[in-house]
Parts: sequence; C-alpha cells; structure tokens
Amino acid sequence: MGAILRLDDVHTDIGRYHVLHGVSLDVPEGGVHVLLGRNGAGKTTTLRTIMGLWRARRGAIVFRHHDISALHTADVARLGIAYVPENMGIFGGLTVEENLRLAAHGGSFDKDRLERVLALFPALEKFWDRPAYALSGGQKQMLAIARAIIENRDLILIDEPTKGLAPSIIRAMIDAFREIASDTTILLVEQNFLFARALGSSVAVIDDGRIVHTGSMAELAADEALQTRLLSLSLEAH
Amino acid sequence: MDRLSATLDRLGGVYLLPVAIGLLTLVVIPTSTWFTLTVAGLAMGMMIFLMASGLSLIFGLMDVLNFGHSAFVSFGAFIAAAVLAALAGWVGGDSPALNIVALLAAIAAATAFGAAAGWFFERVIVRPVYRDHLRQILVTIGALIVAEQLILSIWGGVPIAVPRPRVLEGSILFGNVAVESYRIFAFALGVAVYVAMHLVLNRTRIGLLIRAGVENREMVEALGFRIERLFIAVFMAGSALAAMGGAMWAGYQGLITPALGSEMIVLVFIVVIIGGLGSIEGSLLGAIMVGLVANYVAFLMPKMALASNMLLMMAILLWRPYGLRPAVRG
Repeated sequence: MGAILRLDDVHTDIGRYHVLHGVSLDVPEGGVHVLLGRNGAGKTTTLRTIMGLWRARRGAIVFRHHDISALHTADVARLGIAYVPENMGIFGGLTVEENLRLAAHGGSFDKDRLERVLALFPALEKFWDRPAYALSGGQKQMLAIARAIIENRDLILIDEPTKGLAPSIIRAMIDAFREIASDTTILLVEQNFLFARALGSSVAVIDDGRIVHTGSMAELAADEALQTRLLSLSLEAH
Repeated sequence: MDRLSATLDRLGGVYLLPVAIGLLTLVVIPTSTWFTLTVAGLAMGMMIFLMASGLSLIFGLMDVLNFGHSAFVSFGAFIAAAVLAALAGWVGGDSPALNIVALLAAIAAATAFGAAAGWFFERVIVRPVYRDHLRQILVTIGALIVAEQLILSIWGGVPIAVPRPRVLEGSILFGNVAVESYRIFAFALGVAVYVAMHLVLNRTRIGLLIRAGVENREMVEALGFRIERLFIAVFMAGSALAAMGGAMWAGYQGLITPALGSEMIVLVFIVVIIGGLGSIEGSLLGAIMVGLVANYVAFLMPKMALASNMLLMMAILLWRPYGLRPAVRG
C-alpha cells in the first residue's frame, strides 16, 4: 500500500518556539491512521502544518507526489485534503445547510452524496435550517465531519473528534468513521486510546515534536508494555 | 425569567429595543414633537448606518482597525458638496427630476470616489500591516491626518455650505406634524442600502463567504477559498458606503468642515461596538438606537446630549459585552 501523504523531516516553529523537531511520517492510502500523543506533543501542529496553516520551516510534505509544504491553505484544500480542527471550526451564525453548502463544490450539493452524509448524521437533517450555534457539542462535531465529507476528499485530517463528547455519541462516531474510511483516508489525531484502537489500522506516536513509534494498531493494542512505554512518555519526560 | 426571555426573543429580541426606547419617551414628550424627533433619529441613524456598516464588516472580516475610515466620510461629504455646487442650476431649479438627478449624481460621485480610494487605501496602506493592530492604528491615523490636510488644501478651512436640492428643501405634513423631506429621503436610502446588503450577504455565495469569513477566516481557507481576495472587495464596499454616508450627512448638516469625518467617527465606532462586530443587522440596530437616543436626549436633557451615546454604549456593553447582535456566535 503506497503512502498518500509523506512528511519528511518537518520542522515547524510557532512564534519563538520550535515545536516540530523533524517529523517524518508516512500515511498509507485508505483506512484510518492514528497519530497519538500527549497534550503539547505536536499533534495539532502536525495537522496544521500539513494544511499550510502554519508553515514548515524545513522538510517536505508530499501529497500524491506534490510537495505541498509551500502551498497556500486554500490550495492544499483544493488538492483534496479536508480538515476538521479541534474546535470544529463551525460557523455558528450560519445554518447547518449553509455550513455544508460552503464546502460543496460550486455551492450545490451532489444529491447522492448529501443523502449519504445525512444517513450517517440524521440529526443534521432535523436541524437543517437552524443556526449552527444552537446545536449541541456532538451535533456540531457531526456537522464538522459532514462538512469534510460533503465532497469527495482523498484525505481527511481530524483533530481530537471525541473531546468532550458523551460515550453514546463516541460510539456513533466510530460507526460513522468506519463508513467514511471505506472510500477515503483518515489521519486521526487522538488522545482517547480506546477510540483510536477501535478505528485505527496504523498508528504513529508523537512526543516532543518527534515521531517515536510507528506500526500497526493491532500490534500496539496487543502489547500492553509497549502502550505503557509509549503513552507514558510524556510523564517520564516532564 | 427564562420564559420571559424566550417570549421576548420570539417577539423580536434585541430588535425591540428601539421600539421600547420610542414608547418610553412617548410618555414624556408631546406626540407631535416625539414624531418629529423620531423621524430625525431614524434619518440620523440611517446615515450613521451607512458609515458604520462598512467599518463593521472590515473589522469583522479583515480584523483591521481602520481609524482612517472617517477620511472616506469627509471626502464623500466634500465631493458631494462640489458636485452639488457644480450642478447648482439643477439643484435649485424648478424641475424635481433634475433636483433628484443632481443629488443622485453627488451621491454616486462620492460613492465611486470612496470605492476607488478604498482600493488604494487597502493596497498601499493597510495590506502591509495585516495582523498587526498597533501598526494598523498608527498608519490609519497617519493616513487620516494626511487626508484631512488634503481636504484642507483643496477646499480650504472655511466651512462650506452644502445646497440641498429644492425638492427636498421643505417639509411634508403628517396631520399637524411637519417632517423634513430630506430626512425621509435619507431614511429611505438607508433602508434601500440595508436591503441590498442583506440580500447580497444572505442570498449570494460571496455573501455566504463573507459571513463565514467574519466568523473564522482560517476555516474558510481550509475549505479551499482564498479569502484575501474578498478583502479588497469588502474594503472598497465599506469605503464606498462611508463616502455615501458622508455625502448624505453633508446635505443633512448643510455646513461642512474638514473635521466632519473625525467628529463622526466616534459615533460610528459606538455603533459598531453596540451592534456587534461584523454584523450588518447589528450595525443597523446600533445606528438606529444611537440616532433615536441622540435626538430624544437632546430634547429632554440638552446638557446630556453629548454624553448620551457613551452612556448607551456603556449600558449595552455591561449587558451584552459582545454587542447586541455580533456576527460570531459560539
């Protein structure tokens, strides 16, 4: 399986702080690939650097053989990469329909695609004409993900979708992500290992701005000692 | 309390505020005077709305603190005055049609100049200081000083009388209440501009992008749009509206000085803050409240007139720190 996205020795600064210290990562095409790490390890910075929201100072980001490290965010998105930020990026003053329409190509919906999205997230149809600020946290997250898949994307970057959500909504999210991953690639940043384990086919662990482990999720899930060693890195390091 | 709040929201929410202010003052002001003051307040509010709506969008979408906005108001006023003076024959003639054509030509010239000057201002002065509020304040205040000096050197420092088209000179009688025709025209123009802006913002794809950009520029870019291409259009439209407001204000005041814009900018900022950043509806609501309060207080407590809008702003910010109807919601 070839890599749809490759990061090679990516360094990113945020202001005076050197946050990514040479991240190298291959994201295989298809399925859900998880980037795990503690708070402040560099997960969000990695996604934002891929999107061009923060510039890589050094290194290459290659998406389908195009180096996208110097591209404008809008051009990265147009290549087929969708981004769901940690704060969901919902436009609260716009209705559910307007939020989705903004992401639809040319502002008009593909009927089959819309039906599929609404089948995944039926609550959105119920609140179709309501302003997004009136939605619950779970519904906002559904809207953010629906917006990312309302057009066919090759890669979806999702930043901590389960944060603050109730267990019942997380279970619904798992089903939705499995369905979405059937025809696209998802790079999922998560701290919730149980959620990540239920979905991920491969995993990378980031700590202090460096990838410290890559492998299959099954391997990590089966090896408690490895989990303890990798996922407690932050505690030992700080 | 929640039920009362929900009921009020259903009936119009914050939009009831101007109505409430109007009804409260009706108790203490004689009806005919109240009617005259209300029309004057609405007309004044609509002219301030023209000046403020563009600033609110520029603030909201581009995060630019443009203290030079008042330069467009001043230039609009002086260009309109110059056009009206050049068309003096039409302005003072017997033909109502030519009267109106002269006024529309003056407004169109001011608006076109505002758009062109806005283009120059954004390209040359504002663009190099995006994302740097301190520099924005410094360069836009500097540009405002230069603009005022330009007006001074072109038109001089002596106040200039602005002729009103003859057809709008007099008053229209509603029963025993006389209302100045110019105020009705100013109100109607404000309503027309608001409706046009509302339609553009709510019925077009560009409007959708602007509304989304006001809330979260970064996310609009992550959806594949180069939002900086919208900046120039919004800046030009905002500057054009300011100039249009200045042109209308010139006719309303009848006498203008180069300091007109600087005098108005305080009210304009109050309106933007009261209404909530980036919201056209908020700007309209804030402008109408400022217009009404200014007129009612000037009649009831003349010594409080200057302070009235500051007090209004303080009261509203204590109640709603983000303004009455901010564009960005949680």
